Amino acid sequence: MNAIILSAIFGIVMMLSSAFVKNTKAYKSIALVGLILLLLANICETYSHAWLNIPTFDMLEFSRFGLYFNTLAIACTILFSAFSQREIERVGRYIGEYFALIFFVLCGIFILSSYNNLLMLFIGIEIMSIPLYILTGARKENLKSNEASLKYFLMGSFSTGILLMGIALVYGGTGDFALVHHGQDISTSIAGAMNKRMSFLDVAGMILILTGMCFKVSAAPFHFWAPDIYDGSPSVFTSFMATIVKAGAFIAFIRLFAIREEETTILENAIIGVDWKMLFSIIIVATLLFGNITAIFQQSVKRMLAYSSIAQAGFMLFSLLSLNDTAKEGLLLYVVAYSVATIGLFGILAKMKDYTLAGYNGMAKSHPTLAFANAIFLLSLSGIPLTIGFFAKYYMLMAVIQTGGYMWVAIVGVIFAVISVFYYFRVIWSMYFKEGTVELKYPVTKGFKILAVVMALIIILLGAFPQVILNFLYF
Amino acid sequence: MPIQYYIALAVTLFSIGVVGVLIRRNAIIVFMCIELMLNAANLLLVAFSKTHPATSVAPLAGIDGQLFVFFVMVVAAAEVSVGLAIIVMLYRNTHSVDVDFLNRLKN
Repeated sequence: MNAIILSAIFGIVMMLSSAFVKNTKAYKSIALVGLILLLLANICETYSHAWLNIPTFDMLEFSRFGLYFNTLAIACTILFSAFSQREIERVGRYIGEYFALIFFVLCGIFILSSYNNLLMLFIGIEIMSIPLYILTGARKENLKSNEASLKYFLMGSFSTGILLMGIALVYGGTGDFALVHHGQDISTSIAGAMNKRMSFLDVAGMILILTGMCFKVSAAPFHFWAPDIYDGSPSVFTSFMATIVKAGAFIAFIRLFAIREEETTILENAIIGVDWKMLFSIIIVATLLFGNITAIFQQSVKRMLAYSSIAQAGFMLFSLLSLNDTAKEGLLLYVVAYSVATIGLFGILAKMKDYTLAGYNGMAKSHPTLAFANAIFLLSLSGIPLTIGFFAKYYMLMAVIQTGGYMWVAIVGVIFAVISVFYYFRVIWSMYFKEGTVELKYPVTKGFKILAVVMALIIILLGAFPQVILNFLYF
Repeated sequence: MPIQYYIALAVTLFSIGVVGVLIRRNAIIVFMCIELMLNAANLLLVAFSKTHPATSVAPLAGIDGQLFVFFVMVVAAAEVSVGLAIIVMLYRNTHSVDVDFLNRLKN
């Protein structure tokens, strides 16, 4: 609760400060202070110091997992705004508002990590998405940005409509919006024994919700919007959208189906005739296939990263298939691994003039530090051992193997991980083994270089000791 | 009236909305079709709230469906304001609200 309230307050503070603070350099400092306070508040709540005790009537439920995810999301946002602050300032004139919108997006993510009611799911998704439509179109005079914004808006509200229809049908089938019923015996309620979790309305609704959520996390076959929008929006906001926001949508996705699996049995699902696990496997394989195969043929590194984010979403979906403790741990690791690496890659990409593969030629000669950091990020994304990306993939595959019966999905995952190495290494190849000069659009400061190396070191250190992250989940 | 009629009506409206989004090329009309989808869901929520009357065990069974509709309206209003702003911004740059006009990204 701390984080939800504080993030909304800081959003308003940023809006007010953009009206009253004239110094444009001050906004990023205010935002960073706000984010750090947010992080502290959330850690306080994790160790049971909630500042406000607001009765939520079981609409929100603050579990350790959700709160820890919040901590990681805020930490990644701090990293993002420290690393890309200059780029955010270059997007346009309304710097304070951009930070305000980022705070509102975070507020939505915090709701999504702790909802216990379909109403909260809907509101959380909307609070998360609506500011993003604006951020995507932040470059107002740029046609590509406009186009990305309109497409994102139309696709996003279309998927919201589908999600909402699903929620309405689930409500028709079960009689309420709550996911878990605390202190109330379901079997005695009116909506209970008669048709609880058994009606076709419910299943039809769940399939529509699944479709809507697949849109939000850009899983195949609903991934087609992602590359265009990631390509068109300003690079800074692409990195925010592709990492933290996507992780937030994933948490909502996992939470919905994890709770639902506890509430229904396989037998009940079998009576209806829907094999959810098979459905998830098909989505996973399709996502991995589209993401990886299309990424191979991209010449622009920005577009390649957009497709790779679809492919990485396919790996994150493994946790949806298995839904056990290993999957939850793996998801947290994946969020850190994927977010840090992608934020770093996009941060450096945003400084460059040429986004194509040829633009990276000879980077190791002219900018050895940035090339080193880039190489580490790419190694982590492709899942090479000694980086955190390896353990993230390892946990995901492990979780699937533990589920039993879905070995073939794990094998397909490994094959696609190998394929992904090809297009990630192509960038490393052109950085280290090709001749050329890298032209930077904006000068690179010393602080930027230090931060890039620090992020690379985080990836290597966590790759050696992944338990550092997971320990905080339990202690 | 049986609930099936309401479901049929809502699903019909929803399908009109989906088809409209998929085949119409004017951004404003696509936008209206999305609103149609949201309102079809609203209609269904209100209809279902009548089939789950409140009891002593579940005192909120009928009310929360209608409450949800208010939240959907609020969210839809927020979406309209952002969406129309985006469409106006686009119109200023291109003097067109045609969705097909925008295929610069696919090169």
